[in-house]
Amino acid sequence: MSTRARGAAKTAAIGGVVRVSFDGRPLEASPGQSVGAALTSQGITAWRATRKGERPRGLFCGIGVCFDCLLTVDGSANQRACLVEVREGMEIEGSCREDPSEETGGRA
Amino acid sequence: MTPPIVSADIAVVGAGPAGLAAAVAAAESGATVVLVDAGAQPGGQFWRHRPETVVPVPDGQGHHGWKSYLDLRARFDAARHQGLITYLPGLQVWMAQQNQPAQGDDAGFTLRTTPTVAEAASDRSAAGARTVVARRLVLCTGGYDRQLPVPGWDLPGVMAAGGIQAFIKANGILPGKRFVIAGTGPFLLPVAANIAEAGGKVLAVLESSSPTTWLPHLRAAAGVPEKALEGAEYAAVFARHRIPYRTRSIVTEVLGSGSLGADHASGVRTAKVDADGSVRPGTERVYEDVDVVGFGWGFTPQMELPLSFGVETRLDTDGSLVGVVDERQQSSVPGLYLAGEVTGVGGATLAVLEGLAAGTAAAGGSALPQKTAASEKTTARHRRFAEAMHRAHPVPPAWQDWLTPETTVCRCEEVTAGEITEARESLGARDARSLKSFTRAGMGWCQGRVCGFASACLGAGPGASPTAESLSSAAKRPLAAPVGIGELAALDADYEDPTNSLLKGDRA
Ligand SMILES: Cc1cc2nc3c(=O)[nH]c(=O)nc-3n(C[C@H](O)[C@H](O)[C@H](O)COP(=O)(O)OP(=O)(O)OC[C@H]3O[C@@H](n4cnc5c(N)ncnc54)[C@H](O)[C@@H]3O)c2cc1C
Ligand code: FES
Repeated sequence: MSTRARGAAKTAAIGGVVRVSFDGRPLEASPGQSVGAALTSQGITAWRATRKGERPRGLFCGIGVCFDCLLTVDGSANQRACLVEVREGMEIEGSCREDPSEETGGRA
Repeated sequence: MTPPIVSADIAVVGAGPAGLAAAVAAAESGATVVLVDAGAQPGGQFWRHRPETVVPVPDGQGHHGWKSYLDLRARFDAARHQGLITYLPGLQVWMAQQNQPAQGDDAGFTLRTTPTVAEAASDRSAAGARTVVARRLVLCTGGYDRQLPVPGWDLPGVMAAGGIQAFIKANGILPGKRFVIAGTGPFLLPVAANIAEAGGKVLAVLESSSPTTWLPHLRAAAGVPEKALEGAEYAAVFARHRIPYRTRSIVTEVLGSGSLGADHASGVRTAKVDADGSVRPGTERVYEDVDVVGFGWGFTPQMELPLSFGVETRLDTDGSLVGVVDERQQSSVPGLYLAGEVTGVGGATLAVLEGLAAGTAAAGGSALPQKTAASEKTTARHRRFAEAMHRAHPVPPAWQDWLTPETTVCRCEEVTAGEITEARESLGARDARSLKSFTRAGMGWCQGRVCGFASACLGAGPGASPTAESLSSAAKRPLAAPVGIGELAALDADYEDPTNSLLKGDRA
């Protein structure tokens, strides 16, 4: 699944950097950001694939209602990216297939 | 392990405008209060702000009514300081029960909670789950954006309009660069204005309704002058940023692009519609190079906790299922009060007024008569305004025609419009509950919060609106939040088997 750059327009003018990792890759976030915001601002807008159609999903409701944004945080599965705040050293794992050749049908 | 018990005279669920007001009013009437909120800090949806750990003194930029928030917050902090309010943030109530009436009807209520974010993943020193016991209960659980499915709405880059607003307010950044906002209602305006003020490009705001539908409601609108002022502010922002506001317009399809087929929103196809929402042929138009599409069709009140007590409900003017309350905000269940969006979507000012009334009443206090009369008048004015808004911004009856059989309706279980129509036509599934059992629509992680309204509409058939019964069956949830097996096991009650799929960790 592609996670290509789609940057957020403007970064907060708050100093400090929080270093996290996403699927093993290092990522810089701003203090106080949600995991969803940290990923989205790095152009990563999908981090989960649905069970049936293996469709990409990321943020939708933004407030913890839809559960579309689930990922694994420091080993805790099924956390909502829109609600979890980034923390130094946090290990974030999505459930998208890394290798696009593994993708199987179901896409429109 | 059984969670520690916290008890007080009054329990309040929700720290939005309604819940904060209820907690403050109850404490100022001398009661002890426990306030449980899923959020990490006070504010709810309307007053959501940057984490106070990072921005200790938020400036209220992009917020309306920030002064009311600061006032309530100061009173809230003072009452906490006095030990009258126990604040439990970061906890979701997953079950609420009425205690066995051993000694009369005042046996009270018990709330079971679970951390919103797993403790291992939490940035805050989360207190851990608590069980809350109180004599009176005030539910101020607010609501969330109402959604109508449309082809392509399940692509990443498509968000709830309120979700975009929440993203900006909480993070101080934008979720993308080029936006189209669509749906209906006055709320689309602040969303677009906030995006533009934060540096994003809003290519268009598409409103399915038309300004002329306003005319019959002008009187109600005139009763709330501050709303006219807000409107003027948005008009200025729209002019400054040249945001086109297109009425009688909808998104008919979200277009996607990607190296392996559509994996992200990249544009929208739009069309003009008639008053009933029927697409006018030949009016199609495409917006390209869009990376975020925001949809909002009003709001759906978060009703599962009130419904778990079997409170009396009604259909509001906007078609939402809401709780019935008396003039003191008491529901049909004695000792259970409701305030804010759960009694009818009406905005933050109304939510505060209702919260104050509910908190005072729950504490057994009676506000000064003349004060009550004045605030009842203000409440009535705001209710009339909300009703006028709802009438001017209906869900277009013909919206079901926008779907193709392949359109995903239930995002969690990936149930399509075709499957739902099939269940209705061949199996006679006409309400949300039978649709659930035949198609699994509404059976996934979100438990039908997102697709509940749409599924109920589809069950009712083309052009029809869902009944209160159907909406109620869509909104009844065995658990108000996913919980771990341990938390369920700790329940000694003879509680029937909850939906297995809701157990945390059930799915990777
Ligand atoms: C995403 C979003 C953004 C919005 N932004 C705006 C805006 O910018 N401007 C505007 O005019 N209106 C906005 N609204 C409308 C807004 O909801 C209302 O005007 C106002 O916030 C309603 O206040 P309330 O107190 O009823 O509910 P809310 O403010 O929604 O507060 C409800 C609170 O209850 C908590 N809660 C719910 N269920 C549980 C549970 N089971 N356990 C524990 N806690 C629970 C929630 O986490 C939340 O903190 C927005 C709505 C949404 C959904
Ligand atoms: S975006 Fe909906 S739960 Fe996180």
